[in-house]
Amino acid sequence: MEPEPRKSVASEDGTETPAANEAAGERADSSSLALKGREVVRSVDPAKFSQISRRELLKVAPVLGLGIFAVPKVQQALLKKGLGFSDWASARLFRRGHHALTFADADLTPVDQFPINDYDVDDPGVNLENWTLTVSGALQKPGEYRLEQVQALPKFRQNTRHVCVEGWDVIGRFGGARFSDFLNMIGADTSASYITLACADDYYESLDMATALHPQTLLCYEMYDRPLTREHGAPLRLSVPTKIGYKQAKYLTALTVTNVLSGRVGYWEDQGYSSFYGL
Amino acid sequence: MSSTILEIIRTKGDETESVGRAAYEHPLVVRWCHWINAVSLFVLVGSGLQIFRAFPSFGAKIPQNDLLHWPKAFAIGGWLGGALQWHLTFMWIYLASGLVYVAYQIFSGNYGQVLFTHRDIPGVWPMVKHYFFRGGKPPATEPYNALQKHAYTTVIALGVLSVLTGLAIWKPVQFSWLAWLMGGFHWARLWHFLVMWAMLAFVFGHLIMVVLHGWNNFVSMLTGWKKDPEY
Repeated sequence: MEPEPRKSVASEDGTETPAANEAAGERADSSSLALKGREVVRSVDPAKFSQISRRELLKVAPVLGLGIFAVPKVQQALLKKGLGFSDWASARLFRRGHHALTFADADLTPVDQFPINDYDVDDPGVNLENWTLTVSGALQKPGEYRLEQVQALPKFRQNTRHVCVEGWDVIGRFGGARFSDFLNMIGADTSASYITLACADDYYESLDMATALHPQTLLCYEMYDRPLTREHGAPLRLSVPTKIGYKQAKYLTALTVTNVLSGRVGYWEDQGYSSFYGL
Repeated sequence: MSSTILEIIRTKGDETESVGRAAYEHPLVVRWCHWINAVSLFVLVGSGLQIFRAFPSFGAKIPQNDLLHWPKAFAIGGWLGGALQWHLTFMWIYLASGLVYVAYQIFSGNYGQVLFTHRDIPGVWPMVKHYFFRGGKPPATEPYNALQKHAYTTVIALGVLSVLTGLAIWKPVQFSWLAWLMGGFHWARLWHFLVMWAMLAFVFGHLIMVVLHGWNNFVSMLTGWKKDPEY
């Protein structure tokens, strides 16, 4: 390969510096093969180069701003914002008509291997004889509803994946009434934002209206074609295949249709877990 | 692809002498993305391992066979909820820096510096000989040799996979096709875990090479300028 022609090199102030040309030229001659189209564009003195380097270093300094996450006072607020943004994005990603996968009976996790997760006790001692669901809020027919009234609604069965926030997942068989049918029966104002749920073990939850109206969201009174056992939430629990496990409250006792959560989103949510956690 | 090269000259009276050269290797956007990505990867790995501690297995829940017990001291977040907050916050920072980096590399044409292509294949074996079998060092003609390009191209691909596998386990219903591609939610979680270890293997090698390549090389990721490049 031909040596590169010597380039005229301008110094910082724009004047030609023959000596610099010389130096650059020598370089170009000796390593023209290696330079591969690179050329010395200008020459600077060491002080100038230090100045350039310092300026460039300063331009990277704003990255240190991430260090704000190490400040205890603002850390919690920032992480709450990050979690809030994730929840906001999750709600945007939720599609009303999109169904969660359903599975063949052969894919079911055996019922004795379906984990029982409680925050407190496996059996909060619900009186199944006199159980009612207390319904209130933005709806036309508030009052006490018996299990038979839920069971009188069309029954749906689904083999769906239950995903726990801890990371494990099982495929269970759930049966019950569509939450949307029940909301329709009680004359709920479906333009309201949330449904809050109370449980016999003091657990509490809330569900956004879009998810409550999803066709796979069930007021579940059967698992594996048998009435709910006490440890799985008898007599009534939620089955929401589009939500994480902790959203699927057990031992339901009361339900309110509302526009405000007044700081009470759910038992785990209020300790710092995601409020929306749609799958 | 060409980069700016400076000749550094010292003037004494009428005499000037060249005391070195410097190449502008890393544009500001790349440096920003590099360090933001480094911090977010650190947080994501640390919080991810804390999340993993909640169910350190890829098998059934009942019976549960733990794969490994990762020490809490080497995790971030303190508890599952805290770790999820870190993870769900920094994943956006990680994603943003990744998207900006890739977009910048494509639109500026700067990708040629790190992208491994068929033209780099002949350079692979000489570098392998040099690194692992005491072979002579092939002459450098550009900032990165064939193996470096291979490593950087691979880690970008791993970065994309880390986002996709993460999305598949965060939103297995909305992105069920993604989870399906990975063999379902259960497998996607394992892939996410494996991609993390692959990235950590890169980071390990990367840090060793940073130490071996010396101070000038390290400084170039801060100032953009690499003093006395080999090419």
